[in-house]
Amino acid sequence: MSTLEIRDLHVSVKEADGSLREILRGVNLTVADGETHAIMGPNGSGKSTLSYAIAGHPKYEVTSGTMTLDGEDVLSMSVDARARAGLFLAMQYPVEVPGVSVSNFLRTSVTAVRGEAPKLRHFMKEMRGAMGDLSIDSKFAERSLNEGFSGGEKKRHEILQLEMLDPKIAVLDETDSGLDVDALKVVSDGINRFRSRPGHGVLLITHYNRILQYVQPDYVHVFVNGRIVEEGGPELAKTLEAEGYEKFTAAAGTVS
Amino acid sequence: MSSLSGAVETAPVSSLHARRTEFDVPSGREEEWRFTPLRRLRGLHKDTELGESGVKVDIDAAPEIEYSERAVASADGVSGFLPEDRVSARAYAAAGTARVLTVPKEAVASRPTVVRVTGSGTGEAAAGHLVIDVQPFGRAVVVLDFHGSATYADNVEIRVADGGDLTVVSVAEWAGDAVHVSHHQATLGRDAKLKHFQITLGGSVVRVSPSVRYEGPGGDAELYGLCFADAGQHLEHRLFVDHEPPKCRSRVIYKGALSGDDAHTVWIGDVLIGAEAEGTDTYEFNRNLVLTDGARADSVPNLEILTGEVAGAGHASANGRLDDEHIFYLQARGIPEEEARRLVIRGFFGELIGKIGVPEVEERVTEKIEAELAGSLK
Repeated sequence: MSTLEIRDLHVSVKEADGSLREILRGVNLTVADGETHAIMGPNGSGKSTLSYAIAGHPKYEVTSGTMTLDGEDVLSMSVDARARAGLFLAMQYPVEVPGVSVSNFLRTSVTAVRGEAPKLRHFMKEMRGAMGDLSIDSKFAERSLNEGFSGGEKKRHEILQLEMLDPKIAVLDETDSGLDVDALKVVSDGINRFRSRPGHGVLLITHYNRILQYVQPDYVHVFVNGRIVEEGGPELAKTLEAEGYEKFTAAAGTVS
Repeated sequence: MSSLSGAVETAPVSSLHARRTEFDVPSGREEEWRFTPLRRLRGLHKDTELGESGVKVDIDAAPEIEYSERAVASADGVSGFLPEDRVSARAYAAAGTARVLTVPKEAVASRPTVVRVTGSGTGEAAAGHLVIDVQPFGRAVVVLDFHGSATYADNVEIRVADGGDLTVVSVAEWAGDAVHVSHHQATLGRDAKLKHFQITLGGSVVRVSPSVRYEGPGGDAELYGLCFADAGQHLEHRLFVDHEPPKCRSRVIYKGALSGDDAHTVWIGDVLIGAEAEGTDTYEFNRNLVLTDGARADSVPNLEILTGEVAGAGHASANGRLDDEHIFYLQARGIPEEEARRLVIRGFFGELIGKIGVPEVEERVTEKIEAELAGSLK
């Protein structure tokens, strides 16, 4: 059993001048393995801040609240310790790291997360298999990480990492954005492979209903103005698609 | 505080590199000396006596390469060598023996030639003179390895005749107290190609001045550099490419990393495109990663163009810190921060190492950089 539990989480962003601006205003969320949660909300509602706060990005400061993974305090862990504990964030905008090859990066991260270096032969076989599943050309293994990749290629590589690192809870931040329909299917298949295996939970952050047609959520949360304002089943996503977020933004009194 | 300088030179390239035969003791105010800590040169720039016993030179030459030792005076003329500053002139005058590596006409060396210079102490300042003479269509790789403690001034004369192809990889792995002032002066014949790598890791003060001149059209020079300055180290690289004939190409790419108090790197990139040098294609690039406070990188590109008909001429220079987003991304994949930093720095340098093109030399250089990273990023 794995459970990510977030209670009354308040998070501020550090501005360039050193001041703090509050973005998350009391988030409560529990993601257990076997569950897929979708967080939907308008731009600027704080969805990405939630994902960065879970991963521990230094730009975001947790001012109050708790976050635990299977009872362990996540907030006291470094970014890398969170990943080794079983949290994974698929980034909305993966950065390009010049000179670091995809295969070298993957092997280093797999070694760190599993606690021991996989045998090179096994690793190469595993990587090639996972790349094949995501229709990634094997030549990418020797390219610099994300450098010169198209938007769709970057997202596929995020899912490649997801499959190889095999976390307990995966947070997918707008993994669907910028994907054409073919790439969306490939990426969704990868997410479905991941969550179909026992012991995995998914938190899917998205602006649109589109990906939810391929990755059916168990729970949908509407995120407005830094907190969850409505919760429901998959039907809520369809309502949002049809009616938009105005009802919720108006109620929350925001101008986003 | 760290300091990132975008200094400019105070005189045009053409006058800075005008050929001279008389050199006064520098005061430190001269353009070519203003970044160098003269007090730490142990008098190399003044009148310290230069002998030949302060360093030991071992040469392991490929079978196709002829090795000889000659009096410097009689080796004169291989490349039309002329000292460019007082240290170079003093080394030239003091070095009795020129070590000459000759790649005969059309010979292709079957393996790298290694020149290993080992310092035996800083007490006796030494001078050295090496000549690499690649005759027409000859092809070779020469590795220069510098180790130990020394106070050393040397000249490396490089001539690549018409159609020749030479790769030089110079690795300064000096002990922490070494002082080394070095000039690598290359002359390229028609359609000759030179790849020159300067990898500077060790030493207290290391100042290397690689320069390239062309004798005919079609010459191609690629000058790459990589340095890693730790606390207190002064690592200075002064590049000069003199485009006089038409249709020659040059690329200068130097990368540095700095870590620790008073780690200091200097990169000067002078390029002169003469009035007759139509169709010149040149680009120079310097990038420095300032890893900690208290380190300083000076970077001065300087391009002087005397013809309107160039194919391409540009330069870029940037100093910065490790990108926090790179480190975050790698950490978010479970990689501990130190290891993430090492990966990013390794990647930063890796692109250059891959250009050496000789796997065994690339491996050696990679190992040395790994050792440097292991020591620097604790």
